[in-house]
Amino acid sequence: MYRETEIVTDMGNDLVINVGPQHPATHGVLHLVITLNGETIKKVEPHLGYIHRSIEKMCESLTYRQFIYVTSRMDYLSAHINNHACALCIEKGLGLEIPPRAQAIRVLMDELTRIASHELWWGAMAMDLGAFTPFFHAFRERETITDIMEETCGARLTMNYMVPGGVMQDLHPSFQQKVKDFLVLYKRKIHEYDEMVTGNVIFQNRMKNVGYLSPEDAISYGVTGPSARGSGVKCDIRKLYPYEIYDKLQFDEVLETGGDSFARYMVRLREMNESIKIIEQLIDNIPEGDFQAKTKAVLKLPKGEFYTRVETARGELGVYIVSEGGTTPYRIKFRSPGFSNLSVLDHIARGSKLGDLVAMMGTLDLVIPDIDR
Amino acid sequence: MWSFSNIANQLHYWLNDHFSPTLTLIIEMVLAGVAVIGLFAGLGLVLVIMERKVSAWIQLRLGPNRVGPKGMLQSLADTFKLLLKEGMTPSGADKIMFNVAPFIAMIVAMLLLAPIAFAKDFQLWDLNIGVLYVSAISSVSVISILMAGWSSNNKYSLMGAMRSGAQIVSYELSAGLSVLAVIVMTGSLQVSDIIHSQADGWWIFKGHIPMFIAFVTFIIAVTAETNRAPFDLAEAESELTAGFHTEYSGMKFALFFLAEYVNVFIVCALGATLFLGGWMPFHIGNWEGFNHVMDYIPSSVWFFGKTFFLIWLIMWFRWTFPRLRIDQLLNLEWKYLLPISMVNLLLVTLMAILKWHF
Amino acid sequence: MSAKQYISDVVNAVSSLLTGMKRTGYYFFHHKEIITEEYPDNRATLKMAERFKGEVVMPHDENNEHRCTGCTACELACPNGTIKVVTKFDITPEGKKKKAIDKLVYHLELCTLCNLCIESCPSDAIIMAQTFEHSVFNRAELTKVLNKPGSKIMEGVE
Repeated sequence: MYRETEIVTDMGNDLVINVGPQHPATHGVLHLVITLNGETIKKVEPHLGYIHRSIEKMCESLTYRQFIYVTSRMDYLSAHINNHACALCIEKGLGLEIPPRAQAIRVLMDELTRIASHELWWGAMAMDLGAFTPFFHAFRERETITDIMEETCGARLTMNYMVPGGVMQDLHPSFQQKVKDFLVLYKRKIHEYDEMVTGNVIFQNRMKNVGYLSPEDAISYGVTGPSARGSGVKCDIRKLYPYEIYDKLQFDEVLETGGDSFARYMVRLREMNESIKIIEQLIDNIPEGDFQAKTKAVLKLPKGEFYTRVETARGELGVYIVSEGGTTPYRIKFRSPGFSNLSVLDHIARGSKLGDLVAMMGTLDLVIPDIDR
Repeated sequence: MWSFSNIANQLHYWLNDHFSPTLTLIIEMVLAGVAVIGLFAGLGLVLVIMERKVSAWIQLRLGPNRVGPKGMLQSLADTFKLLLKEGMTPSGADKIMFNVAPFIAMIVAMLLLAPIAFAKDFQLWDLNIGVLYVSAISSVSVISILMAGWSSNNKYSLMGAMRSGAQIVSYELSAGLSVLAVIVMTGSLQVSDIIHSQADGWWIFKGHIPMFIAFVTFIIAVTAETNRAPFDLAEAESELTAGFHTEYSGMKFALFFLAEYVNVFIVCALGATLFLGGWMPFHIGNWEGFNHVMDYIPSSVWFFGKTFFLIWLIMWFRWTFPRLRIDQLLNLEWKYLLPISMVNLLLVTLMAILKWHF
Repeated sequence: MSAKQYISDVVNAVSSLLTGMKRTGYYFFHHKEIITEEYPDNRATLKMAERFKGEVVMPHDENNEHRCTGCTACELACPNGTIKVVTKFDITPEGKKKKAIDKLVYHLELCTLCNLCIESCPSDAIIMAQTFEHSVFNRAELTKVLNKPGSKIMEGVE
């Protein structure tokens, strides 16, 4: 909460404004108390908890099969990947072997989710900077992905498709064709992103040399994902600690060394192309077989502590389960990427203009329910 | 041929026949006032629906399509809604200033309609300093924004108003300098003189490249002056929620909204008058047949066609570009537009002295 | 800043802006690219995906028979207590008591459509329907009894 005791120096020139909890730039109920000197930012203080639903506590009262669906509501833009992380952790505890087909399906879905998340981020990012049109253009491509999700998983946003031991249902027969259609559409349209936003001189001036984050700061603040890779920190969990079949796939970890908003922007744009590469490798080579391993009706994890991490669209998501041997977890902790990424906002925003703060929040790609949980 | 001036003249004669000259003048003044208010409201409605349709088509949407034929009555319905809404005044606001500000914005926009030549010989007031009058009055609009922002007792409004002050004051300069380019060529500030000087060709064609540069500078500067994206820092939705009119609601908000659109119309009408020949038809050298066909189109159609083309251009900007930052906005003016338009004015003056133009 | 660089800056800036305007201008004139679906008007042709999770229903055949044995697997699988199985004891022709459902109460207002109940059902008695227009004026209408009145279990389903 806002600390009254904190001494605000130079009261005469300070202007304290509250951005949020209801504000168009925060894309959710984030509350930022900003101390300004004219247009220049002196301090940013995020206030959290407006959308805290105590998801960790809720998960502790649900069985291992049941709690996965709740995690879709954390980072709702990469719901699949959240579910995947939980499923991986439970499988680690059970020592389950996942059929190769299920692994391929999971990776495919993860990467589709990543593209959908980055598409939405791209549109929202441009909208933060005042260009409304890209938002609608991004949704055109994203819509194709959500249609694919709807066909196979039965829902568009909170799918609950990953279950311990595999996936809930087999792929829809038309899945492969639809994904191929999407790839064609995506490749036909991706150059428009550069034409409308990336190459635009106003956009480049707004993004370059703004919000510099050094690699050391990125590590010490615990920034992960594309935001840290924009500073040149190698932190892609898919490369560092490969899970599923990521070690067998050919893709590059996208790194930019600029450290500014533009570098973070470029990392996300290029990451979409890497995801496309992964999908192209997998889509014709989905192994035959079971889509789900045989599991008991009631899952019981052995006594102990289990931790897995995955790379969501925003960074590293860690799932930590403490089991007492019962049907429900004793303690669950999620290490969500949004929370750590938000913590760096004050550091990079100091000294820049109010308009830049919006751009920085955009490039950190904050999803507020992910921060509060 | 159908034209506005015939209607106006016939009305004038009819009134003279039936009433005393004083009464005629009074009736004509009242009619002009009603016409301006009608135009103000009508333009607002047309431009709002136009903006919504343009933005929709650019954004792969259909736009309003429910109220009336093809959704054309949507803005009328919105106006009725705004009329019925409560116009609240925040308790901490300076009540008088807060309530007067939208009316100043509206009055400024109405005053600016006076010297605009809508068709051949159809003008409310052809004063001899017409262009100067427009630049002078349009500077007053910043006062309404500052009043609104300051009296709202809201930090967002205050910041929006301050941004707007800095922006309008600086962009007046390059707008003025590019207007000056035409005045140098014409040698007159009177709107009708400027239009008649373009009978043999519009300035944008007659004046070679320098006139084109002046035209581009003018368009950029007036986009900034009317607070339209990419220069909408006074509103800056993602930064300041709604900027200077954050606290306004109901009809008071609608007046700001309408004034913005009428201002856009006026600057575009001015641009059309100065650079694109106002109501002058498009003529090509000695092509008698072609020129005759062009003459057959009524002058009002030419004027509104050109003006709406420029408005469409400004809307196209709005739905394509991201917003500038406040320091970049001032950089663009003081480091790029102002030097360019000054050098350009020098070139235009040289051209005018040496009679290089057509 | 040299004069050459100044001019090239201006030219590059203008050309980048024109590239963007060309793209949006293209969409302004090409209305066939519009992707809006006019939802309530296209209701007749609107087809949901066959796996779309709209609401839980219990299919009945023409003899008003369903496949639910009343095993409460769905009730146990549900994370939010959406399903309540009320059982009763039927008397079979042989005179034995047999467990059967009296009511399968389904709270649509609580349901998160996670599909866990359908996965857990051993006799495929419940499925997901593709309906999605769930809004009602009275909240009580969202609490539904899935088995039809007078229905009974199908022969051979255990």
